[in-house]
Amino acid sequence: MSVPRFWRKIRQRYNLEGTRCTSCGRTFYPPRSFCPDCRRAGETVPFRFRGRGEIVTFTVIRTASDAFAQQTPFVLAIIQLEEGPRVTGQVVLEDVSEARIGMRVRPVFRRIGTEGESGVIYYGTKYVPDVPYPDA
Amino acid sequence: MTGIITYGAYIPRYRIRLEEIARVWGDNAQDIIGGLGVREKSLPDLDEDTATIAVEAARFALARRTVDPAEIGAVYVGSESHPYAVKPTACTVGEAIGATPVMTAADYEFACKAGTAGIQTCMGLVGAGMVRYGLAIGADVAQGAPSDALEYTAAAGGAAFLIGADDPIATIHRTVSFTTDTPDFWRREGQNYPRHGGRFTGDPGYFKHVQGAARLMFEQTGKSPKDYDYAVFHQPNAKFPQRVAEMLGFTPEQIRPGLVVPTLGNTYSGASMIGLAATLDIAKPGDRIFVTSFGSGAGSDSFDIEVTDAIESEAFKREGAPTVRQLLANPIYVDYAVYARHKGKIVMQ
Repeated sequence: MSVPRFWRKIRQRYNLEGTRCTSCGRTFYPPRSFCPDCRRAGETVPFRFRGRGEIVTFTVIRTASDAFAQQTPFVLAIIQLEEGPRVTGQVVLEDVSEARIGMRVRPVFRRIGTEGESGVIYYGTKYVPDVPYPDA
Repeated sequence: MTGIITYGAYIPRYRIRLEEIARVWGDNAQDIIGGLGVREKSLPDLDEDTATIAVEAARFALARRTVDPAEIGAVYVGSESHPYAVKPTACTVGEAIGATPVMTAADYEFACKAGTAGIQTCMGLVGAGMVRYGLAIGADVAQGAPSDALEYTAAAGGAAFLIGADDPIATIHRTVSFTTDTPDFWRREGQNYPRHGGRFTGDPGYFKHVQGAARLMFEQTGKSPKDYDYAVFHQPNAKFPQRVAEMLGFTPEQIRPGLVVPTLGNTYSGASMIGLAATLDIAKPGDRIFVTSFGSGAGSDSFDIEVTDAIESEAFKREGAPTVRQLLANPIYVDYAVYARHKGKIVMQ
């Protein structure tokens, strides 16, 4: 990923910022500036997703490109957000065999990748199981 | 009056037992555990660093209380393990909580007390009316060279405190500092691991400065340890804070809630702040908390804090984020090889 490409999407990557149609309420992620249902009758405004949802489907990446090779094995999932859209994201699990369709997940802020030892660090949103913290 | 509006802590789930580190280096585990009073320490996940820990702590703070992020006019992140040598962690935090762009930001470095220095800066900005809220964070993924004594305690974690004057959950009545040029611990530019002066770190470093700031606070306020319900000291191990508490006249009961180092390790810039967070987790209105941080190099910041009724008000939801005890529960234990991988100690092609 190039530095400008990452920088342009920082708000979307860090804070799951998409858009919402003020006419029909449909939400979009990645953001769309035009509602395909309401067309000219609709207006889209920025919308920040809470990001909770559940896994629709997933795969376990065991052989990754160089940028992700140190993180294997990891789970890459399509997640149905409570607020509408489906997003693709990495699910952080200690044991990748725990991944399940229907698993509830919540967003966390993590390193997505780095450009080598001296390049920029890419941060963004990953997901973890949405389970209550244990009673201490 | 200026005080703490909300707070949050974050600790990665991974732990390594000190017995496992001792096994690798052929040390006597029981001697080390007994000497330090530390049984295990936290370490980051492969994709966690000081910035991700700082963001999670800040988001947990904001989950406890509704605050317009645009009203946060200052963000300071104290750490000795910032991901970049040049590029502020505080900017990443500001962006990730929606506080940008109308804010000032900077990264602080003062060994283990950079986070409390951030609290003092925010107090000044709020007190002067320059910002409505200031966010001070202490976070670290602390470095310890393989087989060095520091490796047994250098841990990962952080805490965030939002400072302001609108209905704080705890008022900060006063802060004082005690600072000298003391070469007890350092890391030169470009070096991966810090070095330390061995036993020199005790009396001329930790005990001189913690006592210096604490006694200065007692002088200025006319208060003494019996006036406080709780006390929190920087905790590089369990022995130092216990000993300095006794030297100053605090009881073991006063420091117990904030003494988290036995199962956490030393989170450096996060250490005294996580201890304060753990104390606020159980504090009641009217409780008085004494806090003294310590950073090598060297200096200490003391704080005289009083919990207000707001901590039990509708506006503040303590259960909106995990407590420190909850963050310490249910850890994932790893062996030294996995620890070395997570800490980037294995040289890759």
